[in-house]
Order: sequence, then C-alpha cells, then structure tokens
Amino acid sequence: MTSGKPVIEVVNLKKYFPVRAGLIDLIMRRPRLYIKAVDGVTFSIYEKEIFCLAGESGCGKTTTGRAILRLVEPTAGKVLFKGENVLEYDNVRLKEFRKKAQIIFQDPYESLHPRMSVYDIVEEPLRIHKIGDKKERLELVTKILEDVELKPPEEFLYRRPHELSGGQRQRVAIARALILNPEFIVADEPVSMLDMSIRAEILNLMLKLRDEHKLTYLFITHDLAVAKYICDRIGIMYLGKIFELGSVEEVIDNPYHPYTKALISAIPTPDPRVKIGEIPIKGEVSSPINVPSGCSFHPRCIYSMKICKEVEPKLIEVSKGHYVACHLHR
Amino acid sequence: MLLEVKDLKMYYEILGKGEVHAVDNVSFSLDKGETLGIVGESGCGKSSLAITILRLLPINGKIYGGEMLLNGEDILNMDLERFRREIRWKRISIVFQGAMNALNPVIKVGDQIAEAIMIHEKISKKEAMKRVIELLEMVGIDASRATSYPFEFSGGMRQRAMIAMALALNPEILIADEPTTALDVIVQAQILKLIKDIQRKLKLSVILISHDISMVSELSDRIAVMYAGQIVELGNIVDVYVNPLHPYTKALLSSVPSIKEKRRKLKSIPGAPPNLLNPPSGCRFHLRCPFKIDLCAEKEPDFIRASKGHFVKCHRFEELRGVDFR
Repeated sequence: MTSGKPVIEVVNLKKYFPVRAGLIDLIMRRPRLYIKAVDGVTFSIYEKEIFCLAGESGCGKTTTGRAILRLVEPTAGKVLFKGENVLEYDNVRLKEFRKKAQIIFQDPYESLHPRMSVYDIVEEPLRIHKIGDKKERLELVTKILEDVELKPPEEFLYRRPHELSGGQRQRVAIARALILNPEFIVADEPVSMLDMSIRAEILNLMLKLRDEHKLTYLFITHDLAVAKYICDRIGIMYLGKIFELGSVEEVIDNPYHPYTKALISAIPTPDPRVKIGEIPIKGEVSSPINVPSGCSFHPRCIYSMKICKEVEPKLIEVSKGHYVACHLHR
Repeated sequence: MLLEVKDLKMYYEILGKGEVHAVDNVSFSLDKGETLGIVGESGCGKSSLAITILRLLPINGKIYGGEMLLNGEDILNMDLERFRREIRWKRISIVFQGAMNALNPVIKVGDQIAEAIMIHEKISKKEAMKRVIELLEMVGIDASRATSYPFEFSGGMRQRAMIAMALALNPEILIADEPTTALDVIVQAQILKLIKDIQRKLKLSVILISHDISMVSELSDRIAVMYAGQIVELGNIVDVYVNPLHPYTKALLSSVPSIKEKRRKLKSIPGAPPNLLNPPSGCRFHLRCPFKIDLCAEKEPDFIRASKGHFVKCHRFEELRGVDFR
C-alpha cells in the first residue's frame, strides 16, 4: 500500500539522552556519555497506511514515535508532516499539528485519569482546542463513542475508568485520540496489556477506524504476530537503527537480516506441532551507551565478518521495496 | 499419577459481599515427567489455582472442598507446618510471575539460593554453595556470577536464577506462573528451552501457567483451558488444538494471530468474563456463547469425557464438533 502521498517522512532522526554524570566523572573531566536511543532513522508513512516499528525493549521504537510527535525533542534530523518540517514549528503551529497527530498509549490502566469520567476524558481535547459549545461537544463525544463501539454511549458517558474493562478502557483512549479528527495516529503497543480475545477486538476496531476516518498509523509493537496481522509495512529496529524495512509479508516470510531471522525464529506459534528450533544468535543486547563499532549487531551475529566490525552497513534496497542494512546483502 | 486434584474449591471471602469463586470444582492430574499447560485470560483463576496447590493463600482465601493427593497422600488437609517443611519447595516449588523482580536486591544471588537450601536442609554453607554452583551451571549461568548482585544480572539471567532457586531442593513438581512475561522474545525462547531441557534431564513434572496459548503450546504435553474459575476443556495439546470442543477454546484459538499463517480475520469474544462474586447460573460461558440454548443457563454441564483423555464442560460439544466459533 505504498501508493498515495507520504503523510510522515522521517529523515535521519536522532535522539540522544545524556547520561547523568557523577561527581567523579566531573572531577576526572570524563566526556559526557549519551544513550543513543534513536540513531539515524529514516522512513516514510503513506496515506492510510499502517507502518509498524518492531523490535525488543530498548531498541528505540517508542522514542521514535514520541520524537515524531515532539513529545520528546529530537536531537537531530527531520520529521516532515505533509511536507512541512514539524521540528521547526513554533508553539502555535505545534498546537495545530497536535490536532492532526495523536497518540494511543500502551497501558489503558495508567493512561486514563481515574477520577475523570469517560465524558471528561474524551471531551478534554475539544476544550483545550476550544472547539464547539457544550452541546456540540456532547454530540461529538457521543458520536465518537459510537464509532469506537462503546454502545449505547449514554451508558458510558459518566462512568469512570475503574468501572470499565481493559478493552473498554482502550476504546476510551482511542476515542480521545480520535475526537479532534486527526490524520495520523501513533499507537504505542496498544494491545500488549490486553487479553488475547480483547486484543483481536481492538485490532479489528483500529482497522475499521482506519477506513472510516482515513487514518494513517505508526504502530509500535514488540509482537511480530500482531504486526503481521495489522500492518502494511514494517521496520525492524535494533539499538536505535532500522535493520530491515519492507512490506510485512516480505520481511516476516522472507527476512534477510540475521537479526530479523533470529527474532522470527524465537516466536512461538499456537500450533503445538510447530516448535521453536535453534535461535541463530549469540549473547545479549549490547549497552546503548557503548554501541559496538561497525554493525551494532556484529557481536551477536553468527555470520559476523571482518568488515562488520569496521564499517556500518547502509540500508540498501535488495528487492522491490525491501531494504536491509547488512554486509551479507549488498 | 504424581499429583491428583479433585473438585478443588478455593474462594476469596470479601467482607459483606460474599465469596469470589476463584477456583471452582477444578479437577486434573499430573504424571511424572509431564508438562501440563494451564491457559486462560486474566481473572480466570489460574494463578489462584497455583497458590492453592502450594497452600500459599492470603488470609481471605479459603478452601471450600476438594482433594489434593501427592503420590496418594492427602496434602490438602495436612498440617500446614508439616506441609511447609516437607512439601512446599521440597516437592512442589514455583517460579512466580515477575519473578525476576523477586530477588532481594541487597543479597548476592548465590547467597539467596544457598539460604533457601539451608532453611530446609541441615547442611553447611560450604556444601550449600557447592550445590548453588551446580544449580547455576544447570540454568546456564557461569559459576563466577554467584557472587554478583541481582542488579548486575540481565532480566533473562535473573529469571534463570529464580528457576535455579526453585530447583534447589530437587522438587518433583515445578509450577511456572507466567515465567516469561516482561522478557523479550529471544530471551523468552531461551528460557522456554531451558525449562524443557531441565524437565527432561530431571524428569520433572511441570505445571505451566500462562495467558499466552502460543507459549503454552511450545512446552506442554497436555493443556487445561480455564474460564471463570473452572477448567472447561482438558486434553492432549495437539487434540485440543486440532479439535477444540468447548466454544471458549474455539474462540480463544481463533483470536490468536500466528506468525506462520497467512493473514486471516481474527475473531474476538463479545462481552467480558463474568464477575466471580456472583458467577452466572448454569454454564459460566453461556452469556458470551453464540451456541447457547436454554439448558445452558439452567444446568451446569458436567466435565464429560469426549474421547480418551479429552474432557470438556459443554452441553452441546457433540453437535458442535468441527463448527467454528461464529
């Protein structure tokens, strides 16, 4: 689904978090250390597309999502929203941007204020952006609750989060993100805290809303089975970099990068006759402060060559729309 | 048969409100060297079942009936002090959910495991440490790390250390309650492999509890599906996967995405699990079941033997064979 115009273009995005220096570090005048959470990430998301960033914890997928929305300020790079650089926005235009780009958080047990009613939670963005009068707002909130299938809406309007199930809470969080009629949504692990049967419900709802509201999603997940179900294209991240990028079928059914291969081989399937085999990987994830030279995956890679320690591989198109950063494929 | 659980009932008493029927008429058995998977969604009673087996109940958790036999010996009515000394940890041990955060942060990992051994067995610290080293090596941790503190370990290593601690007294049964939640997928696969290896080597019986059907399928020989405090289906893992009989099992299987399959529409179960303070009459799943008939609301189905070793708690399983959920 790479037709249409790009809604979001991320160009060489970087976010470094400074490591707090101790007294001894200061006295010894040691150089300031940085955690390179996102280290030069480039990708585009097209209209009505669901683009997925996947990887293990600490790979920088969430930070990328937040940096795109400027919930954290990126260190360097560009984020273009319909051609305009979001990072150059002043406060007024940033507020306008926030109407068009929203986020759904991971944990609906923590992202909703426990003492606010569903109505207050969903209406708040309208109040902040001064949209409509009281009556119009009630109408909008009622309508959006219907869209997220909290029916009948009157029954949910004045309930508080503790009176809702996990799935219903996540629907409220989605309603809040949609109330301003955004074009772009960052969904940060929106189903990982939910039970299996409810997961399917929320994923199907997100697919339905994409069509009804013409949404473009950045979907962040560690679960490749979920990614395969919902996404069109996927980027696999490791230590702040994208290692492989392409259509979700291509990347998951036909992975090139040794890391992607290892990741996929480690995923259990519901079929008890299919077992996990040997996982082609060594050791554990390196520290994001002292990222290994060359390809950051080389200490764990079973195909590691001399060049891998020295030269960082670039993301290269190996087949149509399928990009890989690995010296084995060039 | 190593462990036999019959009609076990454990309710939580809530002052002024009644009882939460967390474990209600649960029956299953466990053979030596076998892995039984228990799956169900949050609140179905699977963790309550684990702490009932270990008799680690909170003050308001009461056993309302049933039997629990370990090698034929009644361990449910055994004096609690004797149970603590002879059964818990020595013969049945557990790796708790979120166990990687269960280690004491200010005590060296090796010392913590040695302490568990020395409480139960009259041996010297030196002998205990020797055993600790063997245990750590068995779970894939280098002996030199016994003197490390938990914060010096990665999440996966901490989980390995917890497994070592659970195995410290050579138990016959290991209960693993969500042993891999909060771990990354590669680490999860390594831990699963470790449990499988150790189980084969020690001929250990394992009860593996999880919400994740895929994870349970990876390790288990048999599977029990729990819903609202009851086991609704029990059988050989391949039988249950290929030929699920209970509508809830069918629903659960059709809601799980698989990385190996072509994309298909996932189905969800309408509604939410019932409140166990006041469980529904008849079959507990009837309010969400697309196949319900009047009988389902009136009479609780028996736990029926459908074929050899395959049991199901549903009035209509026979006519619904091969019928997909919705």
